[in-house]
Amino acid sequence: MSAIEVSALTKRFRSFVAVDDLSFQVAEGSVFGLLGSNGAGKSTAIRILCGLLSATSGSVRVLGVDVLAEPERVKRMLGYMTQRFSLYEDLSVRQNLRFFGGVYGLRGQALAEREAWALEMAGLQGRQDTLTGALSGGWKQRLALACSVLHRPRVLFLDEPTGGVDPLSRRRFWALIDAMAGEGVTVLVTTHYLDEAEHCDRIALMHAGRLVALGSVPELKQVFLGRAVLEVTCPDYVAALRECEAQSFVHEASVFGSRLHLVVDDVPGVRAQVLAVLERTKNVPAAVERIVPSLEDVFIHSVEVADAAAGRQGAA
Amino acid sequence: MRRILAVALKELRQAARDPLSLAMLLGVPAMMLLLYGYALNFDVKHIALAVQDEDRTAASRTLADGFFTSGYFDRVRDVPAGTDLARLTELREASAVLVIPRGYGRELAGGRASEVQLVLDGTDALTATTLLGYAQAIVAELDGRRLRRTLVRLGGREAAAIESRPRVWYNPELQSTQFLVPGLIGFILMLTAVISTALSVVREKERGTMEQLRVTELRTAQLIVGKVLPYLGISLLATAVILLTARVLFGVAVRGSYLALFAATLLYLVGALSFGLLVSSFSDSQAMAFQVGAVSSMLPAIFLSGFIFPIRGMPHLLQYLTYAVPTRHYLIVLRGVVLKGTDLTPYGRPMLYLALYAAVVLALASVRLARREG
Repeated sequence: MSAIEVSALTKRFRSFVAVDDLSFQVAEGSVFGLLGSNGAGKSTAIRILCGLLSATSGSVRVLGVDVLAEPERVKRMLGYMTQRFSLYEDLSVRQNLRFFGGVYGLRGQALAEREAWALEMAGLQGRQDTLTGALSGGWKQRLALACSVLHRPRVLFLDEPTGGVDPLSRRRFWALIDAMAGEGVTVLVTTHYLDEAEHCDRIALMHAGRLVALGSVPELKQVFLGRAVLEVTCPDYVAALRECEAQSFVHEASVFGSRLHLVVDDVPGVRAQVLAVLERTKNVPAAVERIVPSLEDVFIHSVEVADAAAGRQGAA
Repeated sequence: MRRILAVALKELRQAARDPLSLAMLLGVPAMMLLLYGYALNFDVKHIALAVQDEDRTAASRTLADGFFTSGYFDRVRDVPAGTDLARLTELREASAVLVIPRGYGRELAGGRASEVQLVLDGTDALTATTLLGYAQAIVAELDGRRLRRTLVRLGGREAAAIESRPRVWYNPELQSTQFLVPGLIGFILMLTAVISTALSVVREKERGTMEQLRVTELRTAQLIVGKVLPYLGISLLATAVILLTARVLFGVAVRGSYLALFAATLLYLVGALSFGLLVSSFSDSQAMAFQVGAVSSMLPAIFLSGFIFPIRGMPHLLQYLTYAVPTRHYLIVLRGVVLKGTDLTPYGRPMLYLALYAAVVLALASVRLARREG
């Protein structure tokens, strides 16, 4: 059964289309990643899914509840956490937990139990009376997560939860998310860290408000079936980009740092052909390696395909 | 109920965590009262008066003494005839000059009309008007006495004079503090109540905690009540502090029932705190909330409430507008209860207006705060 069903969701702010015809489903107990660059519409989408924002058109169902029609009904079932660590920095750890517990309607024994659980989960035992503002980013982030799941929500929305947190804390955070998913909580997370997609069962790539790719990581990499991704190292990568793009066997060329990634037909001798182009233009010494395509390659590929499609549509 | 309690408790904890703000909420009103109470004084006394007595007779001295024994004028200088009077006022050595022309005594004794001149510094029109009133009263009083004496001399019989004996009730000495302090209380409460609630909501918007609260089951009404309750308590405490300050410093004691005072203040504060919430729904930053809150609460409370400027003197349109200013209604009740010592019986109408204001503004604020974005 799908915990989250989004279909043809569109959100316009005057003439700007923030979310454009977005559709996907998230299975119960799975981790779903909404990936994309800044401004791709991820945060707008997640805020509509939580009932914080109205939609222009389309439908959203969370655990069978129509969020757009009954935003209040869905609230008791979901947890929501943003990158901004929405805690009261001028309250202690315990006061934050008690406040959110109170807001969620917990009291007495139930509140005490959840409070103890949250402290353990965030690793904040013994620091109950520390002022929240004095905690470092990783602690705050885990406390914010704890606060947002005090009421045992069945669906958890995380908007850029790992922004500005050190790598070790990010790992710890993802371990917590994995554990929750293991207990049957459905998690929808937005991020622009592509490596975090590895923790997701399925991901959706968003670009300019549109969904450009949807599936598990291995599924997404299937787009390169029959193709090979080559990484080119050479002195003048700008010139190389221009040269390679002009070749008929190169389908896509993009810059990664000071290197190029080329998507080419997976045929024998293709490496040599690229090398020959570089030597002809005196762009040596050069190295061309076949690499396993990363999610970033997939992302760029998907964006280019989408942009090309949009361009054709615009022309027609 | 539990959720309201959680919000109220949180607000109090945050307030307690920030003793400076709390002290400001409680102390600043009293300090403002101290400041404004002494500065805002319309009683004109000890006016610097110079005398140019060109007559130098018993009659002219009687006239001059009449001014100084009144207690309103201080004799700063005696200037000889021909002095540049304009210089005197320009140099601010005197606010007024009494000029008694040569022959004043002789003319009077001869039964002919006689003139004296009072030169006033009119740059401060308010003071000059008051001063002119004093001077005319003093001269009229002296003249009356003189006429009676003359009549006695002529007819040998005591002539009766109409004597007006005004009795001013509730504020016999017409001290302006008695009148201004209740006004100040209304003004100060409005200002602090609006700003404190507006800031507390906008702070949550700025820090993103508001969005967090909006995904919980916390209803807008619960949030509003939870936020207003603690500030209502703090503001009532501030009222007590102000009343104590007013009593100690200005001798303004509450003559009426404290229950009546409490009821009116409660209604007034609910309106003011709701207005703060309304302001918060229009502001996205604390700086903006502060400015909008200060201007929109202060200006009407000063200019359209009858605090300083009499409502009867306003253009008709403005007079109607004052009905929408809660301070106007609160001041009517407050002045009555504090100065006259009455209960609420004669104040049904202002109380009704206060309740109406609170209800309308609270409803507006609820609608605005409950609105979903986009």
